[in-house]
Amino acid sequence: MASLRTQFEVPGKMKTWSYALIGLGLAALLYGMFTKGFSSDEHEQVHFWGTLMYNTIFWTLICNASMFFISVTTLAQAGFTQTFRRIPEAISTLVPIFGAITFAVLLYIVFGHKHHIYHWLDTEAVAADPILKGKSGFLNPTFFVIWTTLTIALWSFLGWRIRKLNDEADAAPMDRETSEKFIHRGTVRTAMFTVWFGLTVGSTVPWLWMMSIDAHWYSTMYSWYTFVSSFVAGMSLIALWVIYLKNKGYLELTSQEHLHDIGKFMFAFSIFWTYLWFSQYMLIWYANIPEETVYFKHRTQGAYKGIFFFNLIVNFLCPLLILMKRSAKRNYTLVTFMAVLIIFGHWIDFYQMVMGSLMKEHVSLGWLDFGILAFFVGAMILFVGTALSKKPLIAKYHPYLKESVIHQV
Amino acid sequence: MAKKKFVVGCFDDEAVLFPAVKKVRTAGYKIHDVYTPFAVHGLDHAMGLRETSLHTAGFIYGITGTATALSSISWIFTKDWPLNIGGKPHFALPAWIPIMFELTVLFAAVGMVLTFCYLCQLAPFVKKHHFHARATDDLFVMVIECTDKTNTDDLQAFLTSNGALETKVEVAEDGWWLGRYDKDEMPFEENQIVAA
Repeated sequence: MASLRTQFEVPGKMKTWSYALIGLGLAALLYGMFTKGFSSDEHEQVHFWGTLMYNTIFWTLICNASMFFISVTTLAQAGFTQTFRRIPEAISTLVPIFGAITFAVLLYIVFGHKHHIYHWLDTEAVAADPILKGKSGFLNPTFFVIWTTLTIALWSFLGWRIRKLNDEADAAPMDRETSEKFIHRGTVRTAMFTVWFGLTVGSTVPWLWMMSIDAHWYSTMYSWYTFVSSFVAGMSLIALWVIYLKNKGYLELTSQEHLHDIGKFMFAFSIFWTYLWFSQYMLIWYANIPEETVYFKHRTQGAYKGIFFFNLIVNFLCPLLILMKRSAKRNYTLVTFMAVLIIFGHWIDFYQMVMGSLMKEHVSLGWLDFGILAFFVGAMILFVGTALSKKPLIAKYHPYLKESVIHQV
Repeated sequence: MAKKKFVVGCFDDEAVLFPAVKKVRTAGYKIHDVYTPFAVHGLDHAMGLRETSLHTAGFIYGITGTATALSSISWIFTKDWPLNIGGKPHFALPAWIPIMFELTVLFAAVGMVLTFCYLCQLAPFVKKHHFHARATDDLFVMVIECTDKTNTDDLQAFLTSNGALETKVEVAEDGWWLGRYDKDEMPFEENQIVAA
């Protein structure tokens, strides 16, 4: 154990890259803010705030997916994650930071009364509309703000408690009794996170933040769809960091066996994403009721047709055909390629979920989207790198560590 | 079906079995199989067995199922008997996907089970020789195939020195046969001349 490199140091090159990306992103943000965000043209405003919205939500959710991964594997008493568990932990430290940005953007939209984004903010329209009136108990600024605050605060707090508990496994060897207590406490804390995760990402939050853009339209699949989209992208992010650290000579105890399991998550949840995508699409297509098909009308037949089907190819066909083989999931190059592709694919998915409803007539994908994306990628690299360097890469006294070291698929 | 001569070694510990498998292989003997009461992790690698092709077969069966479903439904609904169902186009792909999926799963599942049975030579009434009854209980039974030149005494001593609790030489049918254990324990015996 003594010879393991457990202390990650942020390389200078990584810092330079992340600052460059953040700088690029900030430049795009500022330029966008003055040309679009504060422009008098509603259309430009919607473009700017919508772009911010889907990027912030996407990145917060995929970082939060790391904590969900930790929670479910802990609850299932899975041992294999231990050799690389500090990576999802480090990624989940971003939840408070990205969550705060999301919170600021959503609050601005609600209190700035951007009713071109959230139609339900328009009180006059709601009063004259029986459907929106019926939803006003859920879709109103007070509930929105309280629930959003609670959501982001509790994700951050419950996640922080789970990370804090795992620090104890760095400190000193545990005897049997202490280990059992440690595992039990971990189970309780991750269960609390999982319940809150289910109440938010698994149900209310995607309805509140994103589905309510189409205030009249609803789909019970929507939240699960959003959750799986963020989870599979989150797994890909974990895979990228594992491979990066392996390349730099860290994580000696993590092997192809662990990568294989991460790859299985990427593969399986891509299929699950498609299952939900299709369940949502097929029922609406089959029933063919105008108030339901309104969501798909411009996506399958209008300006978003290309993106809509590109989405399906990148997020379903590619993972299905490329990640299916066992050897593919154990190949570092292929998993890297697929992870980047899946993250990009689900970013596009979030793009079409939000912008497809905000700007139905034309696809606005351009410098602003990629600029904001650059900002988040840069910030993610910087903060995850810093978080990784603060703790040992392996909690060496964790009761399940041995199980993880000898893990075989 | 030819009968062959085998040397059987029994082990009661995984930690002894693994080095023994390695040594037997390095010594150049051909391991016929290792019979264990439960699945032993990593034994296939130690024995140098190749990765199974069962999943490739599964993929082919699956694709066949998809193709069968798509071609038959599309032929039925567009050429043979077009029906107007809810104003949908005749080529109503989304509605067919569940059926295509089901047929994919059905073909893959049934095909793989049958292929698995074929590869393991499992079928109703098919019998295979047991080299040691305790392989189903608490012993790991390593079976080594002999050639004309194999000195069975040396091999038995070699196995014992590597931790085998019990060794024996057995002449047995290495394939499968149809019949009953009690009636024809030694099938085809009269007709076979075994290389001594």
